[in-house]
Amino acid sequence: MSDTLVLMEGIEKSFPGVHALSQARFELLSGEVHALVGENGAGKSTLMKILAGIYSKDAGHITFKNRPDVHISSPRAAQNLGISMIHQELNLMPHLTVAQNIFIGREPRRRWNFMVDDKKTNSMALDYLQMLHLELDPRIKVSELTVAKQQMVEIAKALSFNSDVLIMDEPTAALTDTEIDELFGIIRSLRQKGVGIVYISHRLEELKKIADRITVMRDGNYVNTVSAATAPIDQIISMMVGRTIYEAAPELPEANTQPIVLEVKNLNRGRLIKDVNFHLKQGEIVGFAGLMGAGRTEVARAIFGADPVDSGEIYVEGKRVHIHHPCDAVRHGIGYLSEDRKRYGLTLSMDVETNVVLASFRNFLGALGIVKRDKTRIVAQNAVEMLSIRTPSVQQKARNLSGGNQQKIVIAKWLTADTKILIFDEPTRGIDVGAKSEIYKLLNELARQGKGIIMISSELPEILRMSHRVIVMCEGRISGELNIADATQEKIMYFATQRANGGSARADVAAAD
Amino acid sequence: MEKSLPIPKNFSLSLLRSETARRLLAFGALIILIIAFSLLSENFLRFNNVIGIFIATAVNGVLALGVTFVIITGGIDLSIGTVMTFSAVMTGMFIAKWDMPIAVGVMGGILTGTLAGFTNGVLISWMRVPPFVATLGMMYVAKGLSLILSELRPIYFYDTPLFREIAMGNHFNIFGQSFDITYRGYDIPNAIWILFAAAIVGSFLLSKTILGRYTFALGSNAEATRLSGVKVNIWKTAVYTVCGTFAGLGGVLMASRLNSAQPALGQGYELDAIAAVVIGGTALTGGEGTILGTIIGAFVMSVLANGLRILSVPQEWQIVVTGAILVVVVYIDIVRRRQ
Repeated sequence: MSDTLVLMEGIEKSFPGVHALSQARFELLSGEVHALVGENGAGKSTLMKILAGIYSKDAGHITFKNRPDVHISSPRAAQNLGISMIHQELNLMPHLTVAQNIFIGREPRRRWNFMVDDKKTNSMALDYLQMLHLELDPRIKVSELTVAKQQMVEIAKALSFNSDVLIMDEPTAALTDTEIDELFGIIRSLRQKGVGIVYISHRLEELKKIADRITVMRDGNYVNTVSAATAPIDQIISMMVGRTIYEAAPELPEANTQPIVLEVKNLNRGRLIKDVNFHLKQGEIVGFAGLMGAGRTEVARAIFGADPVDSGEIYVEGKRVHIHHPCDAVRHGIGYLSEDRKRYGLTLSMDVETNVVLASFRNFLGALGIVKRDKTRIVAQNAVEMLSIRTPSVQQKARNLSGGNQQKIVIAKWLTADTKILIFDEPTRGIDVGAKSEIYKLLNELARQGKGIIMISSELPEILRMSHRVIVMCEGRISGELNIADATQEKIMYFATQRANGGSARADVAAAD
Repeated sequence: MEKSLPIPKNFSLSLLRSETARRLLAFGALIILIIAFSLLSENFLRFNNVIGIFIATAVNGVLALGVTFVIITGGIDLSIGTVMTFSAVMTGMFIAKWDMPIAVGVMGGILTGTLAGFTNGVLISWMRVPPFVATLGMMYVAKGLSLILSELRPIYFYDTPLFREIAMGNHFNIFGQSFDITYRGYDIPNAIWILFAAAIVGSFLLSKTILGRYTFALGSNAEATRLSGVKVNIWKTAVYTVCGTFAGLGGVLMASRLNSAQPALGQGYELDAIAAVVIGGTALTGGEGTILGTIIGAFVMSVLANGLRILSVPQEWQIVVTGAILVVVVYIDIVRRRQ
């Protein structure tokens, strides 16, 4: 049962300017869930992309099913060997249907091998969807599914290869708890069939539940492999970061007496936002909790002027403001850090300096609108230093930095723009543990400086650790509000699942107490 | 094995929101134009005028069919106008200069387009030249070659009267067998049948074949398609080759219709074709589009041109109106999708 399925040894890989992997090793047994952890930039994804045929290795050996030195030249070659990878950024064709996505590249064909057999594609897809207990019409377009459903489509696709090795890169990042449980059920049943599963995740608490062994990587090097059952999480973390972790309790409110910086009244937008009212004080961190699709991001985008609203009033420092466009929001001192920083937060192909001053260019303009490069350079260099952004220089392209450092650039951008109100949407998604604690430290520091902070997060421990006050949303409404002293994961989950017709949530909790 | 598919409640709704609605938009525009012009001029719906519209649609329609594939992949082909001309000139060279049989000339013309498209595809897929640049280059090269081969003069098909029949005749002459295809005594030129046959072939390719599936997949997410093990270079090249082949067919039709190969013609035709595709609801961002939409788009273009001419709108104003309508139709589509 526990034969060695994959053995990677001495793997080397360099990208222009980066030595991504040096002497990396990894071993996977059949019927094993093997977690691969490490900070962003540690080389986990790179190593697995080599195994999946997406990158070619510079040096090293891969033994697959006792075949020494197998050459995996392309994704197709990997798939034919029985190695599939589910990527962190979903790799689907949104315009195609579920079934078409699952069987892309292997469509059942008819006549002359040239016509696609859609009927057969659909019915075969349905088999795999039912294997996952998914009630999904294979004929529906992927663009119409939620992220979680799209992820399930990816898994169904990987299953359809009858793979011996399944690599999952952050599979739970976008899933709700029930969906995660479902996923774990599927992983366990695959394990029983002898499939070897590589599980890349930043959520260490998950690994205890699902993984057999854990391999830790740091800076492109192999660190150690430990048994998931016996290794304490602290030990894993210290292996990952090689330094101690910031673990202070939340600094409790002095915010109570502070003036209100932002007040939102009766905000409405179709079915997405229903009569949302709340306020935010200076120096306060308000955590927005809720399940995926609860409307938290929509509220943030509405306040920021990124989406039009039907009705509602917004007050900044007591004054009514009209925000129709993000530039209005910036003018009123509101900054928004999107959950998808690569798409909405950064211009990846531009350098650190440009990204830092992007929202405040008008402060750096000389005659005829010429940018004062000397000034922007100094500002950017200061920001890099202050937030300890790890980059060779401010001329480095944002694309080449790790997720945590990219997030810091976005923060630097809004600090440079002199914002009073910062909205963080999933600030630590896809960020490793070490960088996470740096981001937390930064958030606390910003609050201490008097910024009002809204933090949207799907990770309850993060909400509980960082917030002064927790607002819970469900189906576009605010379904509950908790002071940090009263807040528990259970209470938040209770409100988060409080559907519209479920009666008065607050009364229920009061009764429950 | 019989299995019932669960049908979500909003299935038909989502369908309506997507392709059907887009097609209806172009179709609606076409109907409105037809009604408006027939009210404004009694000549508009005359048989000869309607046939004129169809003939005018044939060449642009065939070009648009080909470029629909390219645009669905998220690419662009600016060379189809002059490649069409080049194909027409090659046909002229084969038939009028080198005295080859008509069939050889026709095949030679079409294959010229195929070859040009294949070259575009290789440049774009393997050599990573952006589609805009690669096909812009091909546009100039094809134009230059047309002028060189023809020595700047039109090539006429006076010695082979049968050639003109390909587009303008009303019967097919295959292996000496003549098939009359007059309809209720009306003469319907072959060009129209060829357009519809090409559309059926195009529609079949796009919706039923593996080529069509990968055309959409490439436009939807090329990287994901590659990672799924699809040999994207080959399929992308195939798409540009198909586009070139349609341009070649367009060239033969054009030469036949004019009974001559006009080496100076052609530039600008690619934009007409792209306009037809866009009016037909195919997004320039790739991933979606239909053949029916493109055909409707091509008819919108030619109905507009014809109607404005009948109303004696000066030609320069016709161009202005065409441009405005293009933008309006696309804008309505954007507004509709936002909702």
